[in-house]
Amino acid sequence: MADKRITIQTTRYDPDKDEKPRLQSYEIPFYDDSMVVLDALNYIKSNVDGSLSYRWSCRMGICGSCGMMVNGTPKLSCSAFVRDYWPRPILVEPLNNFPVIRDLVIDMDDFMHKLKSIKPWIIRKQEIPLGAGEHRQTNEQIDDFRQFSECINCMLCYAACPVYGLNNEFLGPAAIALARRYNLDSRDQGLKQRLPVIADNEGVWECSFVGECSVVCPKGVDPAKAIQQSKLDTTMRFVLPYGNRD
Amino acid sequence: MDFESYDVLVVGGGLAGIRAAIAAVETNPRVKVGMVSKVYPMRSHTVSAEGGAAAALRPEDSYENHAFDTVKGSDYLADQDVVEAFVREAPIELIQMEHWGCPWSRDPDGKISARPFGGMTTWRTCFAADKTGFHMLHAVFQTSLKYPQITRHDEAFVTKLLVEDSRCVGVVALDMKTGRFDAITAKSVILATGGLGRTYAFTTNGNICTGDGMSLAYRAGVGLKDMEMVQFHPTGLPFTGILITEAVRGEGGYLLNNEGERFLKRYVPNKMELGPRDIISRAMMTEFEEGRGFEGPHGKYLHLDVRHLGEKVIDRKLPFMRELGREFVGIDIVKEPIPVRPVQHYMMGGIDADISGATPMAGLYAAGECANVGLNGANRLGSNSLSECLVFGAAAGRAAADYSSAAKPVTANPVDAILWDEARRVEVAYLEKKGGSERIGAIREEMQHEMDAGAGVFRTKEGLQKLIERLGGLRERFGRIKIEDTSKTFNTELTSAMELDFMLEISQTIAVSALAREESRGAHARRDFPQRNDEKYLKHSLVFSRDAAKPRLEYRDVHIENFKPQARTY
Ligand SMILES: Cc1cc2nc3c(=O)[nH]c(=O)nc-3n(C[C@H](O)[C@H](O)[C@H](O)COP(=O)(O)OP(=O)(O)OC[C@H]3O[C@@H](n4cnc5c(N)ncnc54)[C@H](O)[C@@H]3O)c2cc1C
Ligand code: SF4
Ligand code: FES
Repeated sequence: MADKRITIQTTRYDPDKDEKPRLQSYEIPFYDDSMVVLDALNYIKSNVDGSLSYRWSCRMGICGSCGMMVNGTPKLSCSAFVRDYWPRPILVEPLNNFPVIRDLVIDMDDFMHKLKSIKPWIIRKQEIPLGAGEHRQTNEQIDDFRQFSECINCMLCYAACPVYGLNNEFLGPAAIALARRYNLDSRDQGLKQRLPVIADNEGVWECSFVGECSVVCPKGVDPAKAIQQSKLDTTMRFVLPYGNRD
Repeated sequence: MDFESYDVLVVGGGLAGIRAAIAAVETNPRVKVGMVSKVYPMRSHTVSAEGGAAAALRPEDSYENHAFDTVKGSDYLADQDVVEAFVREAPIELIQMEHWGCPWSRDPDGKISARPFGGMTTWRTCFAADKTGFHMLHAVFQTSLKYPQITRHDEAFVTKLLVEDSRCVGVVALDMKTGRFDAITAKSVILATGGLGRTYAFTTNGNICTGDGMSLAYRAGVGLKDMEMVQFHPTGLPFTGILITEAVRGEGGYLLNNEGERFLKRYVPNKMELGPRDIISRAMMTEFEEGRGFEGPHGKYLHLDVRHLGEKVIDRKLPFMRELGREFVGIDIVKEPIPVRPVQHYMMGGIDADISGATPMAGLYAAGECANVGLNGANRLGSNSLSECLVFGAAAGRAAADYSSAAKPVTANPVDAILWDEARRVEVAYLEKKGGSERIGAIREEMQHEMDAGAGVFRTKEGLQKLIERLGGLRERFGRIKIEDTSKTFNTELTSAMELDFMLEISQTIAVSALAREESRGAHARRDFPQRNDEKYLKHSLVFSRDAAKPRLEYRDVHIENFKPQARTY
């Protein structure tokens, strides 16, 4: 183990200095079999080059901050094992389809706006008072939306989505999956308020059902399924009597 | 340099911070609330909480039982008026979370379900599978988006509190994207900056848990309470420190030594795997010392075995654990035992705050893990923390909103000067610094190893003295650091350096408080003083900054009501 080494090639870009992104190569020890790509970046930052910038926090695949292109595929760098790439070099780039702020840091403000636009909160005609206790909901009812509630907002699906790549007005996989998460929740009555956002031009109809989003999703959310289901909903809206789906 | 003004400014976008922001708005819909966070709120470390949130919701439970378990768990260092308020509010808060969309796991009748947890005498830990923190955080964050009164400053790193006439009137924050320093002023400030696990090498805490808020308050002259009380969780994965939730034991998992023995029968015979964390962590260390641990590439470990629960239960109740085992250890927990060892996990100590989250400084409040309102004493019970974030986050939000309605507006003048000084300080200390040679990565690593060694599960006078000395040496070396990154844009070397600065300071407060408490209580286990000493130390410690090398200590009586201190056996 001790003398194994791995080459990490990574995107460097500092808008203060660089006109365009460039690649930089680092050869570092592959010091532990459990080492992930994020560990390699941390090794570089701590020991070789303190100026390399990237986001991370939990190191356990749940905070969603460490998404990067690893050898061309969107990955959580904390869950991408070096041993799966070694001895070949590993190419680490910022997620595709997003503006780059610095090195491996992408600008995700666009998603934050989209997230808000789908009203990701429980909407009810009439709130029940806290004193009345919880809404009754069975585990089976939760199963209806569970998958879509597992989204960690990691943006891997956006990086994989060819439609978003061409037109970033497209609401995109995660936002649609999250809208679906609320629409399917037995406690929610907000379908009618969310449909216009989803049904408009930049909504579900943009999706050509490539399905790449579901392939790269690290949490099994299957946004492609959410998009297909939402297409059905938006058609039904014109068929069902007004207010029927509340 | 920019200037913004709020009624209430929340620092932190974790569970406590967001709950506080919503509470402020609901207390008074006219208040303008700002929320600053160094990461996007949904990245906050609350996201990693797995096991559940405690509340006496079930008919067979009672406030009194929850209160007693909490006080006993705290080794009688909890303030009982605070505990009382907590157990009454916690059920309401969990129902509120349900109304906000948290997908709590349910009983067959559709009500919120509960599971057993360490140190709790009945099933009162409500859960959303084994991703409770993730679901709570996303639910409360997404809900917060519907309040137009809340303005977020995402990826803004707070470097200093603005204090004018002994009153907190906002913060100075570095906008990560642009490198600009802003004075964000407010009539009141709520610190909700989370834990400090990264002061240790082996921790379940994420990279952002660097004790910033504690350090900010400490520098402003506010005391830090019970800083010697650091929790070690029994079951972390070797190497990564990733947590295997206590829910694994709650659902019936066994802890086994290298003889295949459920060794806890020799330590907590009546509770076994459901004993409290401090005692089980010590039991595991003792097993290691007596040669009954396994030896692995990343040190000693024991086994946590869930094979007997069967695939169905595991997939329904512990799916994330199976995922973590597969992803990070390469094992299927349905078929193999999980390697585990004690790991730094949680900070009981924190910013001195009262039952409403108010600190002794006018206009300054604190909530969540960075605060010490007196709930957890010397040992927090698992699953009380998420509920604490809700109960005391909401309390702080309400108190700050009320305070702000009556408070004087903030004047721009002195604030401008402070802002300018602070921006200049950072430039001189870091960005324009020449000739440094020390790597922050190296200093950080050494600090972490010193903390593991000196302020770990077991402590001694010699170990703590050595730690204090070593931390002093590291502080000196910090004066000679080298910053390679001079960019204005997303300069994470700069923020890491400032985090290390915070951590060196906070580590010192832990070591000093631990050295002074010459007894063993809860998580604070002194080999040289193995007994609890109520006569001398049934007291909160408070540490104040005098100078970095020699903080000043005070003690304050614990608030005791119905539960008189007794021997703590399980
Ligand atoms: C792995 C793990 C599992 C856990 N499981 C459980 C459990 O099952 N049950 C339970 O009750 N508890 C559990 N806990 C404990 C509990 O999750 C935490 O105590 C709690 O979530 C802390 O929440 P918080 O809001 O105080 O802080 P955090 O969620 O950590 O949020 C801190 C916020 O402060 C911000 N911040 C920090 N510094 C700055 C700065 N300088 N400038 C600007 N912003 C800043 C951050 O950006 C972040 O938004 C667990 C903890 C861990 C680590
Ligand atoms: S849907 Fe999957 S890939 Fe997309 S943001 Fe959510 S978790 Fe990430
Ligand atoms: S660091 Fe949190 S998902 Fe990778």
